[in-house]
Amino acid sequence: MSQIETFYEVMRRQGITRRSFLKYCSLTAAALGLGPTFAPKIANAMETKPRTPVLWLHGLECTCCSESFIRSAHPLVKDVVLSMISLDYDDTLMAAAGHQAEQSLEDTMKKYKGEYILAVEGNPPLNEDGMFCIVGGKPFLDQLKHAAKDAKAIIAWGSCASWGCVQAARPNPTQAVPIHKVITDKPIIKVPGCPPIAEVMTGVITYMLTFGCIPELDRQGRPKMFYSQRIHDKCYRRPHFDAGQFVEHWDDEGARKGYCLYKVGCKGPTTYNACSTVRWNEGTSFPIQAGHGCIGCSEEGFWDKGSFYDRLSNIQQFGIEQNADQIGMAVAGGVGAAIAGHAAVSAIKRAQHKGEQES
Amino acid sequence: MTTAVNKQQTATADSQATRDAGLIKRRQTAVYVYEAPLRLWHWVTVFSVLTLCVTGYLIGSPLPTLPGEASDNYLMGYIRFAHFAAGYLLAVAFIGRIYWALVGNSHARELFLVPLHRVQWWREAWHEVRWYLFLEKTPKKYIGHNPLGQCAMFFMFVLGNLFMIFTGFALYGEGLGQDSWADQLFGWLIPLLGQSQGVHSWHHLGMWYLIIFVMIHVYVAVREDIMSRQSLISTMIGGWRMFKDDRPD
Repeated sequence: MSQIETFYEVMRRQGITRRSFLKYCSLTAAALGLGPTFAPKIANAMETKPRTPVLWLHGLECTCCSESFIRSAHPLVKDVVLSMISLDYDDTLMAAAGHQAEQSLEDTMKKYKGEYILAVEGNPPLNEDGMFCIVGGKPFLDQLKHAAKDAKAIIAWGSCASWGCVQAARPNPTQAVPIHKVITDKPIIKVPGCPPIAEVMTGVITYMLTFGCIPELDRQGRPKMFYSQRIHDKCYRRPHFDAGQFVEHWDDEGARKGYCLYKVGCKGPTTYNACSTVRWNEGTSFPIQAGHGCIGCSEEGFWDKGSFYDRLSNIQQFGIEQNADQIGMAVAGGVGAAIAGHAAVSAIKRAQHKGEQES
Repeated sequence: MTTAVNKQQTATADSQATRDAGLIKRRQTAVYVYEAPLRLWHWVTVFSVLTLCVTGYLIGSPLPTLPGEASDNYLMGYIRFAHFAAGYLLAVAFIGRIYWALVGNSHARELFLVPLHRVQWWREAWHEVRWYLFLEKTPKKYIGHNPLGQCAMFFMFVLGNLFMIFTGFALYGEGLGQDSWADQLFGWLIPLLGQSQGVHSWHHLGMWYLIIFVMIHVYVAVREDIMSRQSLISTMIGGWRMFKDDRPD
């Protein structure tokens, strides 16, 4: 594979100075949470390693992951990573179309067997033999399995590929499933979010290309460097939570003062993502900063947890939409009434019994 | 198990009594049932559960917003601290209780061992159900728990308590961070029970499960103290079970 350019060569060809290149290495090291000593290591890796081809598949999805990815804040990341990864197949971004596009997928798979990274956006529907999502005249399920066969590693972009997201929400008529349900023999890196943060996406790719291995994952397969903490843990409104200062209604004084959105259903305390640290659109803002609670889009099954504006989830299993408190109070009320009734009968019985003994 | 002990004790008196045509009246007997560490555990648990329910409810549905600067207030912080401290107390006390089941007297083991395989136990359980449905005139005597009480203790309290300790520390581990001891020991529950939000809901339902147990437990203890043939409430304070009559069970 000596004829393939290294990352550094690609960057230079694109007119990026060595100075900028080294800056990029330092920034990447910082973004990945590595020490300053890692910057030269990243630089060395990029100067010597050939680029890794990436195949980017689109299943049942809305392309919001791609939209997010191409808006990555750091221009170097956007330009370089996109060209760097040699995006050999991405049907929404590539120039080729139709048979040519499908041919390039086959070519890359053959040429870089066991070497390429498979990035999957969206997920396969299983119902009706996968007929709900057709790519190149075949069910997406087939393409996914086919492309995954010789992949080195697989990235599950977004909540669709990671968890199922909206198309897998109840009642899930197409039987959409996250990709780890159909690919069981390859390492899968989950990068959930609807969409995931652009810098998180490029950060994960850069890590894999630079170090030639997958980043450290948590119990559920998410990279620890971006998903190890909840939005709530690093939220700038956290002091208001600890102080007990909440937005009670959307138009109240607390909302104007920027109090904690916990009571109006913010899912920050139960959502693992980097929004409150990395933020969005070049670090401009994130939902809570804009005054709206987190909806928990990077959590499994977030569509099925009831309203985005309730603190306590509704529990659908009971047939009616009730939260834990409503269910608990109803049952406790019933038990309380039963106890009162039983106590009354007990008292009567006892009085009768005493009467019998005395007479 | 409990009645067996009782029977042993009353067996001699029983045969004596029948021989004397039931005319002999023995004095009330007393048995030392609950040892001091067990009683201490009971009341520590009462205190922790009460604190946990109140603070836990307030974490789910916080009090009205406080005025002033955020730096002047720390209400949620204190409520959460109380919840976590009481949670630790409950868990440590429960570990101590398990230890006491191993080294304490035979009654200390009743909480964890329900003799579901014994026919006699089922027969007595049925008798107890009939007693609660006002179909039996007299209850049986028990040194320890009656079969129904044992069921409630195990299936509602022990399992409920374990569930709350496990889910509670799983949620606590989220705050301590990944790879913390709580995350390593209990973090596996989070994907199992529908992610963080799901575990919160289950933990919340668990609270109501224990509240219902407490309601039944307190009612039955008071009722039995009055209507059964042995002491209940004073036993958990002083440790001695007093019997109100000398008739066989």
